[in-house]
Amino acid sequence: MRKKMACSLPDEVLEHVFSFIRSDKDRNAVSVVCKSWYEMERWCRRRLFIGNCYAVSPRMVIRRFPEVRSIELKGKPHFADYNWVPDGWGGYVLPWIVEMVGAYPWLEEIRLKRMVVTDECLEHIAKSFKNFKVLVLFSCEGFSTDGLAAIAASCKNLRELDLRESDVDDLGGHWLSHFPETYTSLVSLNISCLGSDEVSLSALERLVGRCTNLRTLRLNRAVPLDKIAYILRRAPQLVDFGTGTYSADLQTDVFSNLAGAFYSCKELRSLSGFWDVVPAYLPAIYPVCSRLTSLNLSYATIQSPDLIKLLRHCPSLQRLLVLDYIEDSGLEALSSSCKDLQELRVFPSDPFGVERNVSLTELGLVSVCLACPKLQSVLYFCRQMSNAALVTIAQNRPNLTRFRLCIIEPRTADYLTLEPLDVGFGAIVEHCKDLRRLSLSGLLTDRVFEYIGRYAKKLEMLSVAFAGESDLGLHHVLSGCESLRKLEIRDSPFGDKALLANSAKLETMRSLWMSSCSVSFGTCKLLGQKMSRLNVEVIDECGPPDSRPDVCPVNKLYIYRSVAGPRFDMPPFVWTMDEDYALRDS
Amino acid sequence: MTFEKDINIDATELRLGLPGTSEESERQASTTLRISNKRALPSVADEKQCDQETAPPTKAQVVGWPPIRSYRKNNLQTKKTEVETSGMYVKVSMDGAPYLRKVDLKIYKGYPEVLKALEDMFKFKVGKYSEREGYNGSEFVPTYEDKDGDWMLVGDVPWEMFVNSCKRLRIMKGSEARGLGCVV
Repeated sequence: MRKKMACSLPDEVLEHVFSFIRSDKDRNAVSVVCKSWYEMERWCRRRLFIGNCYAVSPRMVIRRFPEVRSIELKGKPHFADYNWVPDGWGGYVLPWIVEMVGAYPWLEEIRLKRMVVTDECLEHIAKSFKNFKVLVLFSCEGFSTDGLAAIAASCKNLRELDLRESDVDDLGGHWLSHFPETYTSLVSLNISCLGSDEVSLSALERLVGRCTNLRTLRLNRAVPLDKIAYILRRAPQLVDFGTGTYSADLQTDVFSNLAGAFYSCKELRSLSGFWDVVPAYLPAIYPVCSRLTSLNLSYATIQSPDLIKLLRHCPSLQRLLVLDYIEDSGLEALSSSCKDLQELRVFPSDPFGVERNVSLTELGLVSVCLACPKLQSVLYFCRQMSNAALVTIAQNRPNLTRFRLCIIEPRTADYLTLEPLDVGFGAIVEHCKDLRRLSLSGLLTDRVFEYIGRYAKKLEMLSVAFAGESDLGLHHVLSGCESLRKLEIRDSPFGDKALLANSAKLETMRSLWMSSCSVSFGTCKLLGQKMSRLNVEVIDECGPPDSRPDVCPVNKLYIYRSVAGPRFDMPPFVWTMDEDYALRDS
Repeated sequence: MTFEKDINIDATELRLGLPGTSEESERQASTTLRISNKRALPSVADEKQCDQETAPPTKAQVVGWPPIRSYRKNNLQTKKTEVETSGMYVKVSMDGAPYLRKVDLKIYKGYPEVLKALEDMFKFKVGKYSEREGYNGSEFVPTYEDKDGDWMLVGDVPWEMFVNSCKRLRIMKGSEARGLGCVV
């Protein structure tokens, strides 16, 4: 009988074919075809993405994939970004580094998000991975400039060092000077998160001068405006540049020097930084504006008229991050100047103020959604919204994939009709069939969740706050959203019934976060005991949850699927609910 | 009740009761939680049993809202607080002293004031400053580390520039100090 094709191909051919299969989804599909493909695939997988570092253990990963070159790990839940996860919660990368040092001597890339990285980790990386090329620490913490010095000194093949939005301890020592004079391979450097004291300008200038392949350079706030021209002239090949502080007394020679330096950067496509902007210096970037595809002005306190003038020069803009100083008038101008816009993020300039300080309403967002046909991704902070506006947006922009709306005052109703915003968000999920990420705000009843459960079939991540009326709301989402991976909820009356009725669903998701909701301690215990592949963690800084009756709601709950079993690196205020909970605690 | 119709627990495959118990008894045990159609947060009936504060927070009490990343919050607020309350604290060390001190440069208006404060703090006297010769007449010399990492003599640059570029202060003593003080 003729053998099946799959078994008759020699290993080398299979391996070669598999090398073209890059996406994780496809790789996972390949690996379940048959045993020999599983074996072949696991030996030649080079990249790994692990969305929750506690979902699997380093040893299990290494056992299955022995030849990994690139790893990406995420630690804390997303709500940690807003300080809603207490310090010390976890997300330590050291256990991973220690295992990988032995198993992956040829590891080239490490990308971490929301993890605790110590100097010891960085020293391990510097000493152990001879061909190390890429280090991305996104929103990480726990390390200092000493760790960075170790990386700089030892990683001869380093291409990329990206510390975006991480919290770094400054211990002095001029870490940047630890890059040897012979080191020239830097392609991307992002130090925008560093404080004032952490970079030696002269070392930076020398580094930039000798690294002729540098494409991305994002400076920190401490780099003064008058140093930018010098740096740019040494790196005219830059594609992505982040300024430091963009403020100085206006002097014609400084200005013309700066404009000339920008002019010489013919490849520049992305600009960011712009702390403390002096508007008079903005025209210095006009020479590059026509080619700009990405502009981050979200730290720039520039008023609407200056923004409008600037945006008129940027017809190719695809991505804009800006403060609400842009106002409705600025967004109108944006919608007529930037027809290629794909992503818009508008941040609040005065988020904790009670009074409205700028003239930014739902109308600004509507004008952009109406006029920019390629718009896919929206993050918008404002103080008023209407169902009519949301319906208009939904009907005109069905191609939206990410829609995150934050109406600053919780439970704000439609300001025109005083009704909940159920219908408006309902229209969004109904019309935007490819919507992958949604953040809700305003006054919302269970109805909006009914719409979401019915229509949002591609939704992967949902963020909820101060919304809903009963467990029915949560039940609609858990039973209806087929693609749901991450669900995070705060201050909403969702509780036991919906969770217990949909507990199997939780194993199909990466994680569920609920804080200040109505989930009882008893239910947490039940879920933990019955669902062996879920880790059910109760976070309570007021003391052990079993000092209160089982019916009491827990303060914070984090449930995630895992094949590694419960973790043991928890701080004293985190309890894991599993079969052994009652025994361990007595 | 609409709720019961929509969540048909029997229809889901999973039963979470302990083996040997029926759904009925499990429900009796756990439904002291009332599902209400009101928007109140936790169940009304059992609020008394819980020590924690469970009333919906007032406007002033909403913690961590709106959702702004702390990174962004810090960058926004820096402008305001720099002007208002946060000082410009720098560490001060003196050769031979076992521990460091900290001074807030923002509270001084010029060199004479800050030098006097340092003299009081460490119980010493600086010499007389001249642009050509530095500090003369004392074995103590005030120096500072600037943004570029270089050690400079206190007093050489205009006061504003000093405040903005000074990272830390060091009161040098002895021969090292004399060397620095004499060379311009």
